[in-house]
Amino acid sequence: MAEPALALKGLAKSFGALKVTNGVDLTIAPGELHALIGPNGAGKTTLVHQISGTLKPDSGAILFGGQDITRLPPQARARAGLARTFQITSTIASLSALENVALGVQAHSARPLSLFRDAAGDEALNAPAWEALEAVGLTERAHAPAGSLSHGEKRALEIAMALTLQPKLILLDEPLAGVGHEEGERLIALLNSLKGRFAMLLVEHDMSAVFALADRVTVLVYGGVIASGEPAAVRADPAVRQAYLGEEG
Amino acid sequence: MTLSLLIVQLLNGLQFGVLLFLVAAGLTLVFGVMDFINLAHGVQYMLGAYLAVTFVSLTGSFLLGLVLALAAALLLGLALEFLVFRHLYERDHLDQVLATFGLILLLNQAVKMIWGAAPLSVPVPEFLSGNVRLMDGILYPVYRFALIAAGLGVGALLWFVVEKTRTGMLLRAGASNAPMVSALGVDIRKLFMVVFAFGTMLAGFAGAMAAPILSVEPGMGDTVLILAFVVIVVGGIGSIRGAFVGALIVGLVDTLGRSSMNDLLRLFMAPASARATGAALSSMLIYLVMAAVLFVRPEGLLPAKGRS
Amino acid sequence: MAGTSSNSAATAARPQAPTVRRLAPLVIFALLALLPLASALGLPGHWLTLVTRAMIFAIAALSLDLILGIGGLVSFGHAAFIGIGAYGTGILITEGRTELLVALPVILLVCAVFAAITGYVSLRTRGVAFIMITLAFGQMAFYFAQALSAYGGDDGLTLYEKSTFFGREIFGNRTGFYYVALGTLAFCYWLARRIVSSRFGRVLRAARENAVRVTVTGYDVNHVRLGAYIISGMMAGLSGFLLANQTDFVSPAYMSWSRSGELIFMVVLGGVGSLYGAILGALAFLITEDVLSSLTQNWKVIFGPLIVLFVLFTHGGIAGIANKLRGRRDG
Repeated sequence: MAEPALALKGLAKSFGALKVTNGVDLTIAPGELHALIGPNGAGKTTLVHQISGTLKPDSGAILFGGQDITRLPPQARARAGLARTFQITSTIASLSALENVALGVQAHSARPLSLFRDAAGDEALNAPAWEALEAVGLTERAHAPAGSLSHGEKRALEIAMALTLQPKLILLDEPLAGVGHEEGERLIALLNSLKGRFAMLLVEHDMSAVFALADRVTVLVYGGVIASGEPAAVRADPAVRQAYLGEEG
Repeated sequence: MTLSLLIVQLLNGLQFGVLLFLVAAGLTLVFGVMDFINLAHGVQYMLGAYLAVTFVSLTGSFLLGLVLALAAALLLGLALEFLVFRHLYERDHLDQVLATFGLILLLNQAVKMIWGAAPLSVPVPEFLSGNVRLMDGILYPVYRFALIAAGLGVGALLWFVVEKTRTGMLLRAGASNAPMVSALGVDIRKLFMVVFAFGTMLAGFAGAMAAPILSVEPGMGDTVLILAFVVIVVGGIGSIRGAFVGALIVGLVDTLGRSSMNDLLRLFMAPASARATGAALSSMLIYLVMAAVLFVRPEGLLPAKGRS
Repeated sequence: MAGTSSNSAATAARPQAPTVRRLAPLVIFALLALLPLASALGLPGHWLTLVTRAMIFAIAALSLDLILGIGGLVSFGHAAFIGIGAYGTGILITEGRTELLVALPVILLVCAVFAAITGYVSLRTRGVAFIMITLAFGQMAFYFAQALSAYGGDDGLTLYEKSTFFGREIFGNRTGFYYVALGTLAFCYWLARRIVSSRFGRVLRAARENAVRVTVTGYDVNHVRLGAYIISGMMAGLSGFLLANQTDFVSPAYMSWSRSGELIFMVVLGGVGSLYGAILGALAFLITEDVLSSLTQNWKVIFGPLIVLFVLFTHGGIAGIANKLRGRRDG
């Protein structure tokens, strides 16, 4: 059996007296699209930060493709193939969409910090970047400054940037938040087209998207896992229904 | 070094540290609450000293001159705030650095034009003159003790205001998260002005108190300012406790370092080269200490809680 | 292979740099190259000396723009590198070693080491703390120079010889010196441009806007910044070498913090991050300083407010406005 793409073992994190992550166990198989849902304040974003390395857990382990990455800094995790998108879009506004993506290609190249080679006209960087933009449908806007893209386009750009890391797992932190209906549909179609190429951990509130895309779903409430399994089973779980009582389902 | 000499140097270091604390406290408050880097803070210290010179000689009384100097320094500070500083709060640090740098150029030159370039002084007041006999033959100036006492007193007052009053609570909150405080409905403008006025008065007070023992000359604020920066960085930006601890460390290290460096080096170097190397090393000493602290704790020794 | 057509599409469709950006440096260098002709036609020699001095400071300002404008690091101790370059030259000359092929590697090495150590410590902090620390380290260098009693201490050191190249005098002639300075400036500008448009430069620029994004893409931002800091320090050291040769004098004042402040102003005056703006800023600053100081001894009382007004009303130069607009658009 292949190593899981991501395995969280007993992950815990407290801020003072508040247990934000309370002994979380989670396993994602390679190529699986795993959704993480839960009411507001459940600690989903904190969990994402711990996985990507911007926050250190108090205890527990994070295994990425079998390798213990609990102590690795964020840039090392990125180089190992752990990509993420941000809840509040984070791109380099003054660089073009193509350059944003090329930056990721550059990070994996043989000479990422070369002092003398012109970067912007470098085919070795631009070609793979172009392919990533094609995969997300942004080639029309390749040369527009990233800051001028629409909200949905920025989300797609972030996914393109994640693709260049040759990822084994992409962490998607609420990609549909704040995106209009039409662009949302396009993003869902995009994520669907990418399924299977690598594992994805999708943190989302948008339930229709979750149930359309996910292979498996985990529900987080007050920092702890209350249910995990196939979407239909989770939807029917009484504990889950109770957690969402009064909230949009 | 003999024990008596050591004690004198310890006291000198303490006195220097207290002076630095007064300047650094205002600076760290302004920075912590308003995110405003004010290079002209050193000039406010200098203005305190010059105004003390003028008012003490005008009134013939040290205390009266001190009070008037403080009032004038406050007025000048508020004028600067109105004319220049408040337009810079929203700007980035580079702009703040440049603009306040321009103010330093202007005010150092203006002071030279008004008071002349020759060093001035304020006579030590009668009731604080003379020496105190500490122990076998060590005499220490009363005035320096007064300075230490005044500085510690102000420190205690600051501690009281910051820790125990409502304004202080707002200040501490503002130092951690100014936008949040504003969102809670506090008039952030008024808070800024209070903080700024406080800081200016502290610097002016330090300058006025220092006038009898240091020479009052254009540019005297610049060295103090840089040391105040070192104090803040070592102590932790936005933290008054950090400024206190940092100031004492800087004051003691600098004073003791200078006086003992020569003796230390003479243990294994020829006297002439010991003196030359000693002078070089002692002037660099405080920066080496700063570098060491930052190497281990980049956020400072006692950073304000909750600061990112 | 999916490819050649989209490859050319990706690169060929790239928008060109704006016309001003491409032409301005050419114009500047052309005018600078022609100045000595004007001197031959009657322009007082004082101007040639002044512009030479301005070009020397332009090299330092250019190096500062690399880390300040491009990298976003506000260093308030940059004059220390000028001082190291000047003192390195001065001390070697005083000890009888005038050969610049010996002096230059020494200067560059010392600058690199100083930059590496102080840069490493400074980069452990962010924002305002960084400004304060670079200021403190600059002062440290200043006090160190003051303590060098063997080499003049606070009074400074007069140099009785200039640097030689393979034993030959190249700095003696005023016009010759002018062209050496111009050539060095042109070289440094070319170097800076290459670095900025390189892969390294792109990461540096991106990190200025969004360090988190650059980090999660797989770069160590501090390493990149430290590299830029070292390169910048070495370039400023080069300017110190030229300065010592022009003035035949080195003094701690070369690394005072007001010098560092003046360097920052030169960069901002010309337009932060434009590189050629640093050259314009240095020229404008030094010419203004020269004109004002000939009018009155108290010229700083005019200059100070000019700086304040400039900051208050121009929002940090033309480039500053553009940066702010771009910065506001990302979510």
